[in-house]
Amino acid sequence: MKQILAVANKEFHDGLRNRWLVSITIIFAILSIGLTYFGAAASGTVGVTSLSTTVASLASLAVFLIPLIALLLSYDSFVGEQESGTLLLLLTYPLSKSQLLLGKFLGQGGIIALATVLGFGSSALILYLQLNDIAVLSVFATFITSAVLLGLSFTAIAYLISLSVSEKSKAAGFALITWFFFALVFDLALLALLVGVEQGISQQGLTQLMMLNPADIFRLVNLAGLDRSDINGALAIAIKSSLSQGQLFSILLAWVVLPIATAIFIFRKKTL
Amino acid sequence: MTNIAEKTPLVKLTNVGKQYSKLTALDSVDMQLAQGEVLGLFGHNGAGKTTMMKLILGVISPSHGNVEVMGMAPDSKEAWHMRAKIGYLPENVSFYEQLTGLEVLTYFAKLKGFDKKHAIALLEQVGVAHAMKRQVKTYSKGMRQRLGLAQAFIGHPALLLLDEPTVGLDPIATADFYKTVDDLKNQGTSVILCSHVLPGVEQHIDRAMILSSGKMLAMGSLEQLRAAADLPVAIKVKGLNGSLRKDSHLVKYLLDEKNGDLLTVPEQDKLTTLRQLLAYESIKDVSVDSANLEQVYQYYLSRHLSVNTSSKNNTKEQS
Repeated sequence: MKQILAVANKEFHDGLRNRWLVSITIIFAILSIGLTYFGAAASGTVGVTSLSTTVASLASLAVFLIPLIALLLSYDSFVGEQESGTLLLLLTYPLSKSQLLLGKFLGQGGIIALATVLGFGSSALILYLQLNDIAVLSVFATFITSAVLLGLSFTAIAYLISLSVSEKSKAAGFALITWFFFALVFDLALLALLVGVEQGISQQGLTQLMMLNPADIFRLVNLAGLDRSDINGALAIAIKSSLSQGQLFSILLAWVVLPIATAIFIFRKKTL
Repeated sequence: MTNIAEKTPLVKLTNVGKQYSKLTALDSVDMQLAQGEVLGLFGHNGAGKTTMMKLILGVISPSHGNVEVMGMAPDSKEAWHMRAKIGYLPENVSFYEQLTGLEVLTYFAKLKGFDKKHAIALLEQVGVAHAMKRQVKTYSKGMRQRLGLAQAFIGHPALLLLDEPTVGLDPIATADFYKTVDDLKNQGTSVILCSHVLPGVEQHIDRAMILSSGKMLAMGSLEQLRAAADLPVAIKVKGLNGSLRKDSHLVKYLLDEKNGDLLTVPEQDKLTTLRQLLAYESIKDVSVDSANLEQVYQYYLSRHLSVNTSSKNNTKEQS
């Protein structure tokens, strides 16, 4: 445990030193405060709009940004240290591969989680003060928790990439493709399936397919509880055959745990 | 109790081989390293030096044979705690550039269960304490190497594996480094020094092992290797002014008929030759140079190569 904390502490401080924490927090804060105030500008009003509109627009932006940031932060975690030779050195220390991986996860996950809480929490606070509605806090609690899980999930996926390739540049390429796939291609493919194939898939089947993408689970979690008029597309259908929030959260959590377990497995098999 | 400890080798390799999918990185090597012994491991790039170190460190497992470090297989779970007693300096390592030297060393020290104070003491020992608050990216090659050495010295290891430790060090730092190795040896630390052949390393190693393409070509003390190689001794004389050319006993040792000052003499004839030389009244100076490590190394390597080519030729003739 001491070892895990030592690694986590180093990774967390790297995140502070590289200004990752500050930049991510600022990006999230500006986005969320901006959306909170100007989200309804298209309809001709400026100021705090309805809670559901705000969260819906926040969720659809966060679903692109958070995976990208998590992948960027972590794609070189292992392949970078492998290239500089410190990975081999660390493995000669009294430190197991899983301890090293969990330590890194704790440190870098901590950066993502803290930035999410601070960045989006700030707009939650502003919104709460403006609307004076306790519902703001509960909706944002759901939003922030799922956003943290989404970030952790893509941190874990970044480790999978980082452990599977032998060059940093390749890892960067794979990270980009991974992001593109989960953030864009997956939904387009679902939509194509829905529209293009007659008698294709049932609502049930669609929802089940969406469980294969942590970004979609994140969307479902946040949009399921909202006003239906703000949501459209494939998502609206999926929401109708909804799973409970608890189930969705468990599946999102599985999207954190499974990639981490797989990453540990790959790491153990990896020869240096 | 201590007797037993002294008798049990710290590192023991029995018929160890490492096979990668197509490449034989190491081929049936036997080796023992006693406590307080310094072994020099010599060979070209790709000779298997680093593979051997990785096997001893337990980072990889042997394809066949048996590796034992402090009585345990280093790649086993039970061997976990003994890793704190092993120091390693990898050949190519660039430490976290954005951290300061002190931060880097404190991180590694913590992983071995030591604190910042220990890290500072080590930085003072290797002579980079003045720069410990600076980022590693501002360090020179020599300073980085010193930082790497400090890292290997964390926790007073019982076994040190150093891969090319003097690369990038200036002569004074190299001398400092060898002094540290001698000190550690006197404290009972065993050291495996892995290197291309370097001038000046001879006095600091007890035994040498020569590797080439995964095979052990020779192992022993420098005297043993020299005797086995039967390399001639070079004797330089001054003041004889060509009278050696007329000496029927000595003329055969002359390397070059025109240059009458240099003789190459087989080890067993060394003393007789010297006596004969000293019998000349006009002799002004004489110096005797035994084959150095580099020559011994070259000898074993070229012998290995010629054996290889001749065996290849044989197979060609057969086919």
